[in-house]
Amino acid sequence: MSSAPGLPVPAGRTGAMVRSDFLQRFLAFGALIVLILFFQVWCVLIGTNFLTFENFVNILVATAVVGIMALGETFVVITGGIDLSVGTVMTISMVMTAVAITSQHLPVPVGILVGILTGGLMGLANGVLIARFRIAPFIATLGILNVARGLSLVITQTRPIYFPNNPEFQSGVMGNLFGLKISGEFGFPNIAIIMFGAALVAAFMLGKTALGRYTFALGSNEEAARLSGVNVANWKMLVYVVCGLFAGLAGVLSAARLGSAQPATGFGYELSAISAVVIGGTSLSGGEGTILGTIIGAFIVYVLTYGLQFVNVAQEWQIVVTGGVLIAAVYIDNLRRRQRV
Amino acid sequence: MTEPLVVMQGILKDFPGVHALVDCRFELLPGEVHALVGENGAGKSTLMKILGGVYKRDAGVITYKGAPVEIPNVANAQRLGISMVHQELNLMNHLTVAQNIFIGREPRAHGIPLVLDEGGLNDLAAALFERLHLRLDPTRRAGSLTVAGQQMVEIAKALSFNSSVLIMDEPTAALTDTEIDELFRIIRELRGQGVGVVHISHRLQELKQISDRITVMRDGRYIDTIGTADAKIEQIISMMVGRTIFEAVPEVPEKTNPEVVLEVRNLNRGSAIRDVSFSVHRGEIVGIAGLVGAGRTEVARAVFGADPIDSGEIFVHGKKVKISGPIDAVHHGIGYLSEDRKRYGLALGLSVETNIVMASLKRFVSRLGIVRSALTRSAAELQVQNLAIKTPSLNQRVRNLSGGTQQKVVVGKWLTADTEILIFDEPTRGIDVGAKSEIYHLLNALAHEGKAIVMISSDLPEILRMSHRVVVMCEGRVTGELTAAEATQEKIMTFATQREAAA
Repeated sequence: MSSAPGLPVPAGRTGAMVRSDFLQRFLAFGALIVLILFFQVWCVLIGTNFLTFENFVNILVATAVVGIMALGETFVVITGGIDLSVGTVMTISMVMTAVAITSQHLPVPVGILVGILTGGLMGLANGVLIARFRIAPFIATLGILNVARGLSLVITQTRPIYFPNNPEFQSGVMGNLFGLKISGEFGFPNIAIIMFGAALVAAFMLGKTALGRYTFALGSNEEAARLSGVNVANWKMLVYVVCGLFAGLAGVLSAARLGSAQPATGFGYELSAISAVVIGGTSLSGGEGTILGTIIGAFIVYVLTYGLQFVNVAQEWQIVVTGGVLIAAVYIDNLRRRQRV
Repeated sequence: MTEPLVVMQGILKDFPGVHALVDCRFELLPGEVHALVGENGAGKSTLMKILGGVYKRDAGVITYKGAPVEIPNVANAQRLGISMVHQELNLMNHLTVAQNIFIGREPRAHGIPLVLDEGGLNDLAAALFERLHLRLDPTRRAGSLTVAGQQMVEIAKALSFNSSVLIMDEPTAALTDTEIDELFRIIRELRGQGVGVVHISHRLQELKQISDRITVMRDGRYIDTIGTADAKIEQIISMMVGRTIFEAVPEVPEKTNPEVVLEVRNLNRGSAIRDVSFSVHRGEIVGIAGLVGAGRTEVARAVFGADPIDSGEIFVHGKKVKISGPIDAVHHGIGYLSEDRKRYGLALGLSVETNIVMASLKRFVSRLGIVRSALTRSAAELQVQNLAIKTPSLNQRVRNLSGGTQQKVVVGKWLTADTEILIFDEPTRGIDVGAKSEIYHLLNALAHEGKAIVMISSDLPEILRMSHRVVVMCEGRVTGELTAAEATQEKIMTFATQREAAA
């Protein structure tokens, strides 16, 4: 059929675009390596060692909760939206898990399910507000952020809930893989396995399922998707539900990690999650992003936080640095998009 | 007599404050190409969007294949076998060509409900392109294609539904002649298969070539349907505008003033602008012709400082100037009137007065930073009178004005800023036939006053009618320059398609 009359389609900028994608992925990974080396040098200068198995495990554990939150946030940001409520949705999920296990005396697996579904429910609330009532994502999720935060405090009467009768919950999540100790007391923590498992699920959903396809479609050109007969409102709602479910899972893990539900935590985690997503190369203007990038982004955020703590930089300064990193990531995202135009 | 595929009767559609459609009719037979024509705002797109499930009608009956139907949404229309190529490109740039075409209809891997089969998707797209004889790569990102390539993707998508009705809203606006021929080949093939094709276009010559019947609309109303073979272009135009317009007579070129106002030398920017030089004299209109993507707008934006340049010199009144941003351009008396007025030329939500003084507000501000409203008012009034801007008041929001009037507001803005060099990018795009001649009149008056005018246009008759000199571009280069006396459509097209051998 090569003799058939056809339209010559002149070469566009594919080459440059592929190169820039590659660079972007390499950039995030490269930044992670540079950051680790930076702290190693700092530690050597002050006479300690950063590259220890203990630190590796601590960073994995520290990253897991926000890393999982960031997975769901990735979906939302790819649609061109934003979910500010993930931090306190995590909190209310943590609280609901604790309530189920302690005052309701339900088995731990049921408590876990209650926590995850609570997250999903809050996500549904976001989704309905955004897709049905057409409230801007920024405002809708800011509202839900406070609703979840307030409800957590109301339910717990502002006091933490401990569950001393369910030690298997904490040990299951925080224990080592197959109980193996690799260095001293430290093995490969289950919570990190859960995060990587969740990341695989998220990557599959984003890359291979209809939900993933429409997530990109919505972010790329919502009107085009609508005119193609895609039920835009329903898929958008589902994306926020997915984000809520991941935040719910993060809440369950957080409860296990702390051995309690802490109603005053969670607020502010959303910024770390969004930082992870953006540092990982997901564009705030929608249409592009990867799960691998988000995981690398989450590690960058937590290597930075943990590293500063390890070299004894005051916690107040850590907060300042985290804010700066988010702004830098968004600025880099802008530069990257300007190049493509 | 064959049974019609579609009959629309008594269609009524109101938008807030406007009767978009009043008692409209339309009939489509199987195996016909039915052209729908009318000025901008006549309601063509609205009528077809009702058929395509984009809008809901307020009243009226649609009969499809003999039975009355409701078409509440796009998915519904597609299921019935009605698909539409929209006027604006509606692609998801981040997705591949195949993903775009089959969005919402992706094949599932091994029949698992939510899991997609990417390989199968690409095969489907490849088979579709084979059938249509299109050379497109299914796995390529839609955003990396040229405008024409994207348009072909849209058309392939519409055809992928195997629809009985195909609606095309100005599909040829961005296509070159060869591409249009290719599209028409496909349309004729579909007609042979019994598909009913609705073709909305402003290019009346083109409709003579491809259509079987022509329906004319005006002001949201049905005017008449005539067989193309019997139709004369002048007759169609007079039905469109509701009055007889005489064939446009070319304006007599002015005697050129020797004073060079703007000179551009060896302008370069990447592959978009390559070694472009031209000059504009006082009182002269220089037309820049070329196909879409030839780099004309890029040159205009570069001269105006909206985009950075790699190299090149710009002279205003023989003096070399450095333009590193629009602020410098305005300072040197250069004004740019974008083809996309609504996005780049106007603040739609603000008043006529605010828009007119926008580019020169500095002059109307007192030392304390307070706007002197008496001065802005009189400055705006001056332009409204000079340019005959049809607005109920200076406070009218620009959004509520017609396209032609909006264009005049932009002109007024630049005149208020004491602009001597005006770069018009597609000055009559989206402006209906009646208002066009007013814009032409205005351009001539401005030239007569001594302004130096650059006019970018894709409309060859417009270029021929207005320009004292024509600069033709292709692939970022200037491929030819013609005086008004030398210029013909054929010569311009020859230069406009003079691609580099080793491109």
